[in-house]
Amino acid sequence: MSGDLVVLRPEGMYCPTGDFYIDPGRPVARAVITHGHGDHARVGMGCYHLSDASLPILEWRLGAQRYVCHAYGEPFRLGAATVSLHPAGHVLGSAQVRIEVDGQVWVASGDYKRQPDPTCAAFEPVRCDTFITECTFGLPIYRWPDTPSVVAEIAAWRDECGAQGEAAILYCYALGKAQRVLAELLALGETAPVWLHGAVDNGVQVYRGAGIAMIETQRVADEARSADFAGRLIIAPPSAAGSSWLRRFRRAQQGFASGWMQLRGNRRRGNYDRGFVLSDHADWPALLQTVRQSGAQRVVATHGNTDALVRTLNEGGLHATTFALLRGEED
Amino acid sequence: MRAFAALYQRLDRSTSLLEKRAALVDYFRHVPAEDAVWALWLLTGGKVGGAKARIANSSELRQWVAQESGLPDWLVEASYDQVGDLAETLALLLDDPPDAAEDVGLAQWIQQRLLPVANAPPEQRRAVIVAAWRQLPMRERFVFNKLLTGALRVGVSQGLVQKALSELSGLDVSVLAQRMLGFTSPTPGFMQTLLAQGPQPGDTALPYPFFLASALEGDPAALGAIDDWLLEWKWDGIRVQLIRRGNDIVLWSRGEERMDGRFPEIEVDLARLAHDAVIDGELLAWRSEDEKPLPFTALQTRIQRRKPGPKVLAQTPVRVLAYDLLELDGHDLRGQDLQQRRQLMANLLKAHDSPLLQLSPQVQLADWQAAAALRNEARQRGVEGFMLKRRQSPYRHGRKRGDWWKWKVDPLTIDAVMLYAQSGHGRRSTLYTDYTFGVWDGDKLVPIAKAYSGLDDKEITELDRWIRAHTTERFGPVRAVEPLQVFELGFEAVNLSARHKSGVAVRFPRILRWRRDKPASEADVLETLRKVAQ
Repeated sequence: MSGDLVVLRPEGMYCPTGDFYIDPGRPVARAVITHGHGDHARVGMGCYHLSDASLPILEWRLGAQRYVCHAYGEPFRLGAATVSLHPAGHVLGSAQVRIEVDGQVWVASGDYKRQPDPTCAAFEPVRCDTFITECTFGLPIYRWPDTPSVVAEIAAWRDECGAQGEAAILYCYALGKAQRVLAELLALGETAPVWLHGAVDNGVQVYRGAGIAMIETQRVADEARSADFAGRLIIAPPSAAGSSWLRRFRRAQQGFASGWMQLRGNRRRGNYDRGFVLSDHADWPALLQTVRQSGAQRVVATHGNTDALVRTLNEGGLHATTFALLRGEED
Repeated sequence: MRAFAALYQRLDRSTSLLEKRAALVDYFRHVPAEDAVWALWLLTGGKVGGAKARIANSSELRQWVAQESGLPDWLVEASYDQVGDLAETLALLLDDPPDAAEDVGLAQWIQQRLLPVANAPPEQRRAVIVAAWRQLPMRERFVFNKLLTGALRVGVSQGLVQKALSELSGLDVSVLAQRMLGFTSPTPGFMQTLLAQGPQPGDTALPYPFFLASALEGDPAALGAIDDWLLEWKWDGIRVQLIRRGNDIVLWSRGEERMDGRFPEIEVDLARLAHDAVIDGELLAWRSEDEKPLPFTALQTRIQRRKPGPKVLAQTPVRVLAYDLLELDGHDLRGQDLQQRRQLMANLLKAHDSPLLQLSPQVQLADWQAAAALRNEARQRGVEGFMLKRRQSPYRHGRKRGDWWKWKVDPLTIDAVMLYAQSGHGRRSTLYTDYTFGVWDGDKLVPIAKAYSGLDDKEITELDRWIRAHTTERFGPVRAVEPLQVFELGFEAVNLSARHKSGVAVRFPRILRWRRDKPASEADVLETLRKVAQ
């Protein structure tokens, strides 16, 4: 459709008026990055536009690059387009991209959630004509429980493990989820420190540097090989599951904190002892609420199981379609 | 429901048999007998209501949850498609109640609320179920739905439940296993009988637990001298236990089902037997003029008839080949050597002299090499291979390795093309793991088999990704895929079948390997299967 502010190209979502890509999958001259997860922020771009709060994360993940930082809500010009970044509530620094050309407004949500998260700025609804929304959890079976109650379950599980002389290893994505759990544990009034896998600790140091308050943490690597971890909570990235790194814990249970844990089949397939439903993405009611609040008449769903959302929106009188972006569905 | 839901969750979470057993012991120790017996019923595969007392079928449940959640039918379907488990889908689509209601026990839910509306008009059944949905929190709602949708599938075997009850009661597992066979309805009285320390009156109609053979994978020479072993053909029928104790005449299948009335000719024959006896054997469809049994498909026509008429009886006559004698004139022989039991049975059946009840012949061979050679003829003889039984062995129960082996003929194999894929259940509910395969009939591929097993987790994940990227059509949960991937399938036998589109039915198909090296055009043709069909 001519006049579209964002179109799909092999490199990713592209804004012709502004001549930039959003979270491109291949090297391009100019990229606007919504957040620091590996499937959104990649090396090889000529120039990176990002939110202020994302800078330490991208420096950690991508090293030195040509970064141009922007405060949330502050408009800047790219080509003939006026662009601004707005909090998405997904992880520290995550942003929605608002693009305005001749009074027409498009917003690309990036990944987002609507639940409160002490580690990042809350999602801000932005009015637009066309809303490009993520749709990782696009079915009504995905409705998230209250975060503090899930984190309390994690603490109770750690204590159960302790009573049986076992360590409690919780798999969390190293950027975002792990820090959110640590911040929520602090908010819950927990005092026992949490032990971290090296990859998680790197992210935690970045968050601490950004002034995010989290519970006390220690590195597993700093403990003696013979240390007893019974009754301790250990946070590791999912990639550590099944690795030789686990050997040192001898007796341990393994849990996974993810929106995917909503389904019993996923938990059993992953062979986790426990699944904790904790997601950094919007659940079904949040997707519908956000589309409604955007005021958009046209919606483009990306990233995930989009069929159901697209059909629901179309049946509700909006014009909804899909961008088929190839990406992981990590949470 | 709270205690039962908690038990379910504990069983579901754990992969340790010890922990599961502990969970069962805790539960059975603490709940009232009326709840315990229902739990036992459900854990051992029993259903609430069943075919004769309908409470809700799958499409009603989906319709009611759509009404209750305000979601359109298609979205309920799409959700079910993703979850792969109806009970779980229903639970996830409904809201939690704002306040916790007072706990109602498992038996009370079933007996006071569900069963009274069985077969009632839909609106009455709907009212009871919707009221339960509004009252029960997530975990209890899920288990409640499981009561409606069938099997619990929570990774608990009969044996595990029996071990837990044995720990609780101090009774031997074999006693419990035997009494469990008479578990025909979940009454508190059964729980008492089951756990009673002394002998019980109903015990005379009860079979002994079956002794099951393990598959022999390696070379039988490792078993020692062939003279220590009794070789019999492995018949492809139904394993049965025939009980003649005075006026009690009962046929039990290995599936632990009574088959009263289905095989009247065998019952009449048993009544003529000179002594009371309990016989382990194989039921086969076999015409008196034939040298070998009819294929299993013929026997299936008999299994399905509760009361066969004269025409069916004449068309598909059956007989029993006796393997073992477990009891004679009230004496339990299971502790004796197989050799002795067999001698007693040979005497009994010789005097009986009936074609309907014969000794399964022993195959005498000089060495294992001769046995291996003869095993290759199994298929022509209408058998599946050999049974190898240690002559010195007692009659054990369950699948205990060591004394009884089934030494099956190597499977037939065929290269077939994947046509459809469907997601699995439980652990594999988010993966496409159930596949339909076809072979060439002219220039068309016709479906010939469904297979679920044989690939490792890595291959399944890879294939799942391929399936999603190569789907051509979707029919509900089933995806048609581009006919490109070839698999080598193994199966035990092929029968001609009027019920299958391809005209053949394969027995026990499974995937042997993924033939990435073969293009679909080189898959096998239907004619090959037709030629080997019996």
